[in-house]
Amino acid sequence: MLRLEARPQPSKALSIASPLIALAITVVVGVLLFALLGKDPVKGLQAFFVEPVKSGYALSELSVKAVPLVLIALGLAVCFRSNVWNIGAEGQFVVGALAAGWVAMQAGPGTAWMGRGIVPIILLAGVLGGMAWAAVVALLRDRFNANEILVSLMLVYVADMLLAYLVYGPWKDPQGYNFPQTITFDAVTKIPRLVTGLRMNIGVLIALVAVAGLWAFLFRSYRGFALQVGGLAPAAARYAGFSSRRALWTALLISGGLAGLAGGLEAAGPLGQLTPYVPAGYGFAAIIVAFVGRLHPVGIVFSAVLMSMFYIGGELAQSRLGLPKALTGVFQGLLLFALLACDTLIHYRIRVGAKGAAQ
Amino acid sequence: MNEMALLLAATLNAGTVLAIAGLGLLINERAGIVNLGAEGMMLVAAIAGFATAVHTGSDVLAFAAGMGAGLVMALAFGVLVIWLNTNQYATGLALSLFGAGFSAFVGISYTQQRIGDRMQFAVPYLADLPFVGPGLFRHHPLVYLTVLVALGLAWFLYRSRAGLVLRAVGESPESAHALGYPVRRIRLLAVLSGGALCGLAGAYLSVIYTPLWVEGMVAGKGWIALALTTFATWRPARVLLGAYLFGGVTMLQFHLQGEGVQIPSQWLSMLPYLSTIVVLVLISRNPNFIRVNMPASLGKPFFPGA
Amino acid sequence: MAPIYPTESTMTVSKRTLLKTAGLAAAVALAGCGKKEEAAAPAAASAPASAAAAKPAPLKIAFAYVGPVGDGGWTFAHDNGRKAVEKEFGDKVVTSFVEKVPEAADAERVFRDMVGQGNTLVFGTTFGYMEPMLKVAADTPAVKFEHATGYKTAENMRTYDSRTYEGAYMAGVIAGGMTKTNVLGVVGSIPIPEVIRNINSFTLGAQSVNPKVKTKVVWVNEWFNPPKETEAATSLINGGADVLMQNTDSAAVLKTAQDKGKRAFGWDSDMSAYGPKAHLASAVINWGPYYVKATRDALEGKWATGKSWWGVKEGSIDIVSIADDVPAEIKAKVGTVKAGLADGSFAIWKGPIVDNTGKEQLAKDAVADDAFLGGVKFYVKGVDGKVPGDK
Repeated sequence: MLRLEARPQPSKALSIASPLIALAITVVVGVLLFALLGKDPVKGLQAFFVEPVKSGYALSELSVKAVPLVLIALGLAVCFRSNVWNIGAEGQFVVGALAAGWVAMQAGPGTAWMGRGIVPIILLAGVLGGMAWAAVVALLRDRFNANEILVSLMLVYVADMLLAYLVYGPWKDPQGYNFPQTITFDAVTKIPRLVTGLRMNIGVLIALVAVAGLWAFLFRSYRGFALQVGGLAPAAARYAGFSSRRALWTALLISGGLAGLAGGLEAAGPLGQLTPYVPAGYGFAAIIVAFVGRLHPVGIVFSAVLMSMFYIGGELAQSRLGLPKALTGVFQGLLLFALLACDTLIHYRIRVGAKGAAQ
Repeated sequence: MNEMALLLAATLNAGTVLAIAGLGLLINERAGIVNLGAEGMMLVAAIAGFATAVHTGSDVLAFAAGMGAGLVMALAFGVLVIWLNTNQYATGLALSLFGAGFSAFVGISYTQQRIGDRMQFAVPYLADLPFVGPGLFRHHPLVYLTVLVALGLAWFLYRSRAGLVLRAVGESPESAHALGYPVRRIRLLAVLSGGALCGLAGAYLSVIYTPLWVEGMVAGKGWIALALTTFATWRPARVLLGAYLFGGVTMLQFHLQGEGVQIPSQWLSMLPYLSTIVVLVLISRNPNFIRVNMPASLGKPFFPGA
Repeated sequence: MAPIYPTESTMTVSKRTLLKTAGLAAAVALAGCGKKEEAAAPAAASAPASAAAAKPAPLKIAFAYVGPVGDGGWTFAHDNGRKAVEKEFGDKVVTSFVEKVPEAADAERVFRDMVGQGNTLVFGTTFGYMEPMLKVAADTPAVKFEHATGYKTAENMRTYDSRTYEGAYMAGVIAGGMTKTNVLGVVGSIPIPEVIRNINSFTLGAQSVNPKVKTKVVWVNEWFNPPKETEAATSLINGGADVLMQNTDSAAVLKTAQDKGKRAFGWDSDMSAYGPKAHLASAVINWGPYYVKATRDALEGKWATGKSWWGVKEGSIDIVSIADDVPAEIKAKVGTVKAGLADGSFAIWKGPIVDNTGKEQLAKDAVADDAFLGGVKFYVKGVDGKVPGDK
C-alpha cells in the first residue's frame, strides 16, 4: 500500500523539477489525445511548442500574448503570497482598458502639443483605472469583511457590462454605423513598437521592468517581507506588528494597477480602440500563470511564455491539423492540476509499506 | 396578475440550478472545504447529462450521469486536497479551468444534437388555483425536490448525529480527530456529496432548463452558487432563498426590458451581480456574525498527527 | 494555509533558470526533428502536383468563423457555404477554416497565419474582424479579403452581406397571421443596425396582414448564449407574446416556445428539427451563391473591390419549412412577397414609415435606399421601447 510520508524538510530538487514533471505529464496526455483523435502527435506537439517560437514574427506574436499575462500574474503573485485571493483581475484589466481608452479618445488637435507624451498618460490612466476597481474590493473587505474572492469575481461581470454600456452608448463611434465600438484611436496614441512591422511593443520592456521591480519588492524590501509573513503566518505577523489592513490594500492596489496597465497596453496597442471584446480572459489565465510560475517573478515569465505557446499553438493546431480549439483549455487546466499534484512531492515522499497509524 | 405568477414560476425555475449547486457546496463548506471547482464540475456534468439524454432518451439516466460526472471530479479534487493537502483554492480553480476545457472538448460533437420534448408537469388540483397554480405548481419534479433537499439538509445538519459530526469536523478537525472521528473520510464524503449535487445542477441545466449543449453554458452559475453559501451564512434554507432571489433578479431584468423600461439593458444585466455584492456586504458587515456562522476551519488544510 | 511556493531559502533563482532553460532547449531540439518532417511533407505534396503538370495549383481559400461550426445557426450557415464552394469547384480549390476566432486582437494573428499558409482568398465572417482584416490586407496586397457585415473596404478587401431583413419581413407576415394575442416577441442579440432593421421588418411584415400587432423586444447582448436566450424567451412569453422571433444564433428560443406551447421561427439555418410543434418557418441565409461567385471571381481574375448586399433575388435569403397549419392565404402572401423581392417589384421599406415616437422616417411612396437601411436607428411604430444606446 502506498502512503505519504512527510519529508523532514521540503525537497529542493523537486521544487524545481515539479513544474517540469507537470509539463511532461501534460505533454504525454497531449500526445495520447492527438493519437486518439487520429492526428499525428509529432505535428501536434510542433504546433504547440515549435511553431510559436520559430521565427521573429512568431516570437513577436508570443510577446503580444505573454506581456499581459506576465503583468497580471505578477500582481496576482503579490496578492496570493499575502493570502489575498483576487480572482477578479479580469475586471481590473477591463476597467484599466476603459480608463486608458478614454484618455486615448481625448487625443486630437487640442493635445497635439504633447505629441507622443500622451502615451505615458494613457498607461497611467490604465494603472489608475485598475487600481480603482481593485480598491472597491479592498474597501469592501476592509470595512465590511466581504469575501474578496466573491466581490472581485462579481465585479468582473459588472466591468464587462460597464464596457458594453459605454461602447454601445455614450462612447460609440458616431461614424461607425451604430456598431458597438469606439473611434479608432489616433495614431499618436499607439504604444510604440520595438521593431517596425512586428506587433511587439514596449510592453515587453515594461514587463521586464515590472519583473525586476517586483522581485526587489518581494525579496529585498521590508514591506514585501511583511506582506508575505502576513500571508504565511497571520498570527506571527500580527505579533510582529505588521498591519494586515495595509497588506490587503497594498496587495490589491498593486495587483489592480498591474492588471489595469495590461488593459491599457492592450487597448492602445494591438486593439487601437475599445470594443465589447476587450475582456480576453487574461485575468483568469494569469491565475494559472502565477501558480505555474510558483508565484515568483522569474518563474512567471517562463510560465507566461508557456501559456502563450498553448494559446497560439491551439490556434495553429486548428488550422494545421483540424484540432478543436477546446484543447487549449484542456491543456491549461491539466497543467495546473498536474502541477498541484506534483507539488505534494516537495513535502511528501511516497512509501510502499503497511498502513501506519489511523488516519 | 397572471404575468406576476409567470414571473414567480420563472424565478423558481431559474433559482433551482443555483440552489442545488449551492446546497452541494454548503455540504462541502460545512466540512471545512472550499471547492472553487463548482463551475467546472457543473460544466462536465452538463455535457455528461446531455450526451446521456441524447443517446438514451432518459432524463433519469441523464441526471445520474451528471451526478456521476460531478462525483468523479469531486473525487479527484478530494484526493488532492484532503490527502495530498494541496492548496484548496488553487486546486478548485484548476478543476474549474480543466472542466471548462474538457467539457468544451467532449461537447464538440453534441453542439447540434437535440433531445426530445420536455415533459409538462402539473400538480393535480393545485395547479389550477389562481396565481399560485401557474406560479408554484407547474414545475419539474426537481424544483420541488430541491426544496425537500434543503429541508432534509437542515434536519441533517441540526438534528442528526451525523450532521453534528460533520459540523464538528468543519469547526475543528483537530478536535474531531482527537475524539477518534475519521476526519479525512468524513471530509471526502462531504466533498463527494457536494460534487454529486453540483453534477445534478449541471445536468438539470443542460437537460431541462435549456435542452441544448453549448460550451460554457453554465456561464458563471457555479461561481454564483459559491457566493450563495457565504451570503446564506451556511444555512440550507437561506441558500434556497438566496438562489431564488438571484433567479428572480435575472428574470426581472428581462421582464423590465420587455416592458420597455428605459434603463439601458446593460445596466439591467448588471443587477444580479450587483445585488450579490450588496447582500454579501450586508451579511459580512458584522464580523462576529460571520465568525459565528462560518465553519472555522474553512479553507485550511488538515494534517492528522501534525 | 500551507505555502504553495518555494521560499527563497529552498532554491536559488539561477538553478531554476538553468533547469527551465534546459527544458525549453529540449523542446527546441524536438523542433529539429520536426523540421525534417515538415520538409518531407511539402516535397510529397509537390510531387503529384508536378505529375499533373498541366493543372494549375488549386486556389487556397480560408474561412474565419466567430462561432463553432456546430452552432446550428450563423457559423453553421457559413460553413455550408464553404462546402458549396468545394462541391462546385472540386479540386480547383482547397478550403480550410478556423473556428471560434475571437473578435479581438487575436484575429489579426489568425489572418496573418492564413496568408502565411498560402491562402489567397480569405473570408472573415463577422463584423468584429474588420480592423484586423484591414491591417493584414494592407500588408499583403496579393491576397483578396472578403468581410461579412462590415463597412470598410480596401483595394484588396470588399464587403458582403445578406438582406436578412427580407427573411425577417416574410417571417413577420406569417407571425401576423398566426398570433392570437397580437403580441409578438423578439429575442435580440446585439443592438446593431442589422438587428434593429430585422426587428422593424418583422413588425412591418406582421402589420401588413394584421395592423394591430405589437412587438416586444428583449436584448441578450450576446450572439450565442442558450440559457440566456431561454430566459429572455420565457420573459417574452410571460409578457403575453405568443409568436417569437430571434436574432440570436441558437435554437433555444424555438425550444422554449415549444415547451410553452407557443410558436417561433428558426433563424440563419433551418431549425425545424429542434422544435417541430412550435416551428412556423425558418428564415435562412444561403451563403453558397455568394461564396461560389466570389471564388469564381478569384479563379477567373475578375475579382474587384466593392460592396455586395444580396437577398432573395440572388438566392441568399429564403424562408423555408413553413408549417402545415399556416393558413393558405398567409402562405400565398409570403409567396407573393418572395416573388416580388426576387424580381425587384416589391420593396419592404417603402413609405410612409413612422417611428414609435410618431416621427415620420420615410415619406409616402419613398423607397429606402441601402444607405438609409444601413443606418436604421429607430423602432417602427408598434415596437415597444427605445433602441439601446440611442441618445
